[in-house]
Amino acid sequence: MKERKLGRGVAMVGAGMSTFGAFAGISTRDLLADAYRDMIATVDRGFDPNEIDGLYIGNFSSELFEGQGHTAPIMTEWLGLAHRPATRVENACASGGTALRQGVMAIASGLYDVVLVGGIEKMSDLPIERATDALATAGDKLFEIPSGFTFPAFYATMASAYLDRYGLGAEVLRAVAVKNHENGALNPKAHFGQRIADVMASKKAAAAKKGKPVPQWKDIEEFFADDRANPMIAWPLRLFDCSPVSDGAACVLLVREDLALQFTDTPIRIIGTGQASDGALHGRPDITTVTSARIAAGEAYAMAHVTPEEISLAEVHDCFTIAEIVATEDIGFFEAGKGGVAAIDGVTSRLGARPVNTSGGLKSKGHPVGASGVAQAVEIWKQLRQEAGPRGIGANARLGLTHNVGGTGQTSVVHIFERR
Amino acid sequence: MAITTATYAENITAHKLVGSRTGIDRPIHVPPRPIDPLHVADTMELVELSGKGTLVSFSVVPVASSEMIAAGYGRENPHCVGIVKLAEGPSISAQIVGVDTKDPASIRIGMPMTVEYLDRSAGETTITVVAFRPVL
Repeated sequence: MKERKLGRGVAMVGAGMSTFGAFAGISTRDLLADAYRDMIATVDRGFDPNEIDGLYIGNFSSELFEGQGHTAPIMTEWLGLAHRPATRVENACASGGTALRQGVMAIASGLYDVVLVGGIEKMSDLPIERATDALATAGDKLFEIPSGFTFPAFYATMASAYLDRYGLGAEVLRAVAVKNHENGALNPKAHFGQRIADVMASKKAAAAKKGKPVPQWKDIEEFFADDRANPMIAWPLRLFDCSPVSDGAACVLLVREDLALQFTDTPIRIIGTGQASDGALHGRPDITTVTSARIAAGEAYAMAHVTPEEISLAEVHDCFTIAEIVATEDIGFFEAGKGGVAAIDGVTSRLGARPVNTSGGLKSKGHPVGASGVAQAVEIWKQLRQEAGPRGIGANARLGLTHNVGGTGQTSVVHIFERR
Repeated sequence: MAITTATYAENITAHKLVGSRTGIDRPIHVPPRPIDPLHVADTMELVELSGKGTLVSFSVVPVASSEMIAAGYGRENPHCVGIVKLAEGPSISAQIVGVDTKDPASIRIGMPMTVEYLDRSAGETTITVVAFRPVL
């Protein structure tokens, strides 16, 4: 692994996000304005917007989702940051993480001192078939999609291979869904912030209210296996294995490290960044791991001079339950084949030894694709500053990691954060 | 003729599965690509493949793309999609036919497969796509 270095240190001095959800009539501009206001309130000593030298905005597909291109400059006007250079960054679902990396590089290069990194997506206006088609453009239109792949089908194909390889069943997938909904229930900004047990109770109550037969699930296992309550999307993945189609935005304020104390006593330093690419899923020798994520994580760890064992918590790209299992192996938390069992054993739960997706993850918090990579950094900010409220993991949290994947791993971006 | 992104589909329409390589001792790339990763030669030649392989993995898809819905698939008639490792080494994406999509657990990773060419309705036209069927 080639060890790379940042030319200058970079620190995060503010972080905020909109509520994630489905909001009719609300555009990406409105969502980013919400996130920006939320971020401003987190900068302990305040800042002058004129200090912002430039913007990087992660956005997958506003053309398809809301008929709007050229989204970065549009945001500058709306946020009152006129004439600042603004660049949209597109790497499918890793657009946000890649925008963060561009912001880090812009400061590390010496060009800018203060950068606003945003992530935006407005997905809920499209009917589900068109949203499915829009998401599928992250795959290879010529060599994968004609076979009948949808986006869930890609991850389902990875899941089939993973479960077959390690002799596991859907129980490992279920464990991730249950855990992330437990965490999301403690996140007031989550799209589906309900525990699975609460989802079951509310479905029973709704059926009773309508005078329909009340479902008689004995336990969560029976609920998950119910084709009506939890329909198959792409075998073996069901509805509750999939992250939702969400609207949302997130943003963070980055500054060169030696200015950070002007903004706050508790900056969060970005000490590692890694990124890698890959081709179509079928071209990879092993589809039970994401090679680009392993390379990106390796680069980030090498730059940060830390090991996976030292990381206090990780926000990983759980667009599907299987994706979290593979991610926790790719970032070195667990050996290959052990990530699912770790979820069952509670190791990755909020109070476990290796907390993963304390925000609720993409699964429960929601997945407005361009925003997700930036929202991961917002959670790390809250956790490392002990501002995560009831979902906080405690005062010892010092190092956080984000893992953001585009497509099935055509892009992976990993960042490592430190509170000193 | 130079290899372009259209080469793969054009050959499938002619019921041929092709890859590319720079020489007899070099790996085959499927779909065919124009540039060798190691730049061992300037030009790549097309190679016709046997169409034999094994199933690497798969999914059965009740929530289909609009393209597949237009071709008659969907919740009531889910299709199977998968990755097949060819006898020559590389793997490709393909529709999987001749399997029981009502019982996905009956579909086995590692099944030997053979190529088939499927004419799929796409609005007013028909496109030919590559598919694989288990060898019984």
